[in-house]
Amino acid sequence: MVIKLREISKKKPLFTGGHRLCAGCGAAVIARQVMNMVDEPVVIGNGTGCLEVTTSIYPFSSWNVSWIHSAFPNTASTIAGVESAWRALRDFGEMKDNYRFIAFAGDGGTYDIGLQALSGAIERGHRFLYVCYNNQAYMNTGYQRSGATPASSWSSTTPVGTKQKGKPGRSKDLTAITAAHKIPYVAQASPGFWNDLMLKVERALQIDGPSFINVIQPCIPGWGILPRDSMRLAKLAVDTCYWPLYEIIDGRECTINYHPKQKLPLTEFLSLQKRFKHLLKDENRALLEELQAEVDTDWEMLMMRCVGSLR
Amino acid sequence: MRVVAETANGAVAEAMRQIEPHVVAAYPITPQTEVVEEFAGYVSDGRVRTRFVPVESEHSAMSICVGASAAGARVITATSSQGLAYMWEMLYIASGNRLPIVMALVNRALSAPINIHCDHSDSMGARDSGWIQIYCRDAQEVYDTFIQALPIAEHEDVRLPVMVCYDGFIVSHSLARIEMMTDERVRDFIGSYKAVYPLLDRDHPVIYGPLVLYDYYMEFKRQQAEAMNRALEVVFEIGKRFGKISGRSYGLVSSYRMEDADIALAALSSTARTAEVIADELRDQGIRAGVISPRLFRPFPAKALLQALGGIKVLGVLDRADSIGAGMAPLAADIGAALQSAGSNIRLYNRVYGLGGRDLTLSDLKSFFLSLERAGQGKEMPAHFGYLGVRED
Ligand SMILES: Cc1ncc(C[n+]2csc(CCOP(=O)(O)OP(=O)(O)O)c2C)c(N)n1
Ligand code: SF4
Ligand SMILES: [Mg+2]
Repeated sequence: MVIKLREISKKKPLFTGGHRLCAGCGAAVIARQVMNMVDEPVVIGNGTGCLEVTTSIYPFSSWNVSWIHSAFPNTASTIAGVESAWRALRDFGEMKDNYRFIAFAGDGGTYDIGLQALSGAIERGHRFLYVCYNNQAYMNTGYQRSGATPASSWSSTTPVGTKQKGKPGRSKDLTAITAAHKIPYVAQASPGFWNDLMLKVERALQIDGPSFINVIQPCIPGWGILPRDSMRLAKLAVDTCYWPLYEIIDGRECTINYHPKQKLPLTEFLSLQKRFKHLLKDENRALLEELQAEVDTDWEMLMMRCVGSLR
Repeated sequence: MRVVAETANGAVAEAMRQIEPHVVAAYPITPQTEVVEEFAGYVSDGRVRTRFVPVESEHSAMSICVGASAAGARVITATSSQGLAYMWEMLYIASGNRLPIVMALVNRALSAPINIHCDHSDSMGARDSGWIQIYCRDAQEVYDTFIQALPIAEHEDVRLPVMVCYDGFIVSHSLARIEMMTDERVRDFIGSYKAVYPLLDRDHPVIYGPLVLYDYYMEFKRQQAEAMNRALEVVFEIGKRFGKISGRSYGLVSSYRMEDADIALAALSSTARTAEVIADELRDQGIRAGVISPRLFRPFPAKALLQALGGIKVLGVLDRADSIGAGMAPLAADIGAALQSAGSNIRLYNRVYGLGGRDLTLSDLKSFFLSLERAGQGKEMPAHFGYLGVRED
C-alpha cells in the first residue's frame, strides 16, 4: 500500500482548521492524518479533553462528519453504542450504508479513567478504531500526571521538589495491555512518521472488529516545547526508541515497522522539553540513567517479541 | 389479549420482546437481573432482532444507550440501585442530548450499608437528572406503563428519556395476574421509529455533545425544561390513548376514594395499594379517608395533584427515601411546594418509611392515618416530619 499525497490533497478535509488547539499541537496533526484515510461514511467519538473542547465550541465545529462527545471515561462505550445502533439498523433492514467508527481520546481518557470501557468494548468485538492521542498527561485540565506520564517527568501533580523529582514510577504499557486482548489490530505510531501512521489507519479501518492505535503526541505547554519543535519531537521519540513504531496482529504477530539507522541517546528527546529539564542536572543523573535503561530494556524486549512472534 | 401469571420483571422482558427495540444495553444487578436474563434468552432464540450489548458496567450501559440513541436507534435499558448510581454522570448526558431512551428502574436501596431490598433512594437521587419518572403501583401498571414509555419519550414535543420505576421484590418478583396485549397491538401502539437528527445520516452530519459555554448553555437548559413541562400533557394523552386499546386508562395522579375525603395519604408505587386497604377500614369506621398516588413524579403534576386532593384538610405523605438533612423527604417537599404556590390550607405531615425493604405494617399505617384524623380535629399536633416503623430506642 502506498499513500498518495497528491490524491489526499484533493480530498475534502473531514477535519478542518479553525479549531482552538494550541499552535503546534500534535493532536491536530494526528486528527488530520487519521481523517485523511477515511473514505467511507464514518462517525467519530471524541472523549473529553483538548481535542474535544477545542474542535466543538458551539456553534462551531471542525468536523465535517457526524461526531459525538458524551463524557470523559467512556469514549469506547459511546462509539460502541453508535456501532451497535448501526448493526441493529442493518439487521432490521433500515440501513444500507457501510459505516466506519473512530474514537479519539487522550491518554488520561484511555490509560486511566477510560480503561474499563475500552477493555470492555474491544473484548466484545465492536467494529471501531480507537486512536489514543497520547500527550502523556491531562493537558486539558492543566498538565496533571496520567498513567502514561513517563518516570521522573514533571507534571502539575508530580512537581519537581526537593524530596520528589517528578513522577515516581514508570508509565504503564497500554499498547501491550490492549494487545493482550488479542484483538485484530494494535499499533504504536507517531505523527512524525505520517506515512506509517496513515498506513496503519488504513489497515485498521479495513477490519470488521476492534483496533487500537497509540499515537505519541507532543504538547506545547505540557511538555514545555516550542511549537516549531512539535514534529521534531514526534520523530525523536521514535529515533531514540522511546516510542517504537510497531504493530501486533491478533495479539501474536508482532512487527517493528521502523528501525532507526542509529538509535539516538534519550537526551536528544528529553533536552528539548522543560518537563525533563531537571534530569539534565548532575544531581539527577541516576534518574536519567534509569529512564535510559528502561528505554533500552523495553526496546530489546520488543525486538525479542517480534523476532520470536508467530507469523 | 392474554391473561398471564407473571412477575413485573417478566412482564417488562415480555414488553421488551413485543417492542423489539434496536439496541438493549444492560448490566446485571438485583432485583433487575431477570429482566436482562429473560431478554437475553429472546435474543439467543432469535425471537427479536435486537442488538443486545452485555456491557462491563452500568456506566458503559448508559454510554452505549447514549451512543446508540444519538445514532438513531430505539434503545432500552434496565437497572437498580448502585447501577443507577454508577450511571449518574450519563443520566444527565442522555437527557441533555434529548435522547428518548427508556429504562426499567427496579427500585432498591443504596449502600452503605449494602441492602438489596426496596426503597426509592436510587430513583430519588436521579430526580433532577432530566428524566421523566413514572412510578407504578403493581405489575399490571408496570407492563402498561412500559409500553407507554416509548411513545412518551419519542413524542416530538418531548424527546426526553423515561424511567419506569417499580418496587424491587415487592412488585418485581411477585407473581401477579397481568393482562397482556398481542404483539400487533403493542407494535401498533408504539408505531415505527423515525429518529430525529441521527448520527447515522451520511448526507446530514450532526454534532452531539459540543462544548457550550455561558453564551448558549442556559438556552439549552431552558429548552430542556420546557420539553419536560410539555411531557405533562403528553403523558396524559398517551395514558388516555392506551385506555382506548386496553380498557385501562391512565392519568397523572391515581386517586382512591378521594371524592368526599377529609384526610388522605399520598404515596408512590406499591405502598399506595397498601394504603387503600387502610382507607377502606377507616371508611368502615366512619372516617372519610382517601389515597392519592402521583404516577408521574417528573415532571411533577402539581395541577392534577391539587385537583385530586379536592377539599381535604390533612394530608399525610409517605416517602420511601429521605433527603437527609432537608427536613422533608422528596415527595412531601414537592407536594408542599405545590400546596404553597396554590395558597392551599391543607396541612401536611411527612413520614419516611420502608427503607431497605422494611415492611410497612398495616398497624403502623393505620396509626399514622388516625393521628392525621385527630390532627384534623385539632386534638393532636403530630410532628411534621419523622420516621415510621423504626426502632426508637
Ligand atoms: C469524570 C470526569 N473527571 C474529570 C474530568 C475533568 N477532565 C476533563 S478532561 C481531563 C483530562 C483529559 O486528559 P487526556 O485524556 O489525557 O486528554 P488531553 O486533555 O490531554 O487532551 C480531565 C481530568 C471530567 N471531565 N470528567
Ligand atoms: S495543551 Fe497540549 S494537547 Fe492541549 S491543545 Fe495545547 S498543545 Fe494540544
Ligand atoms: Mg493527555
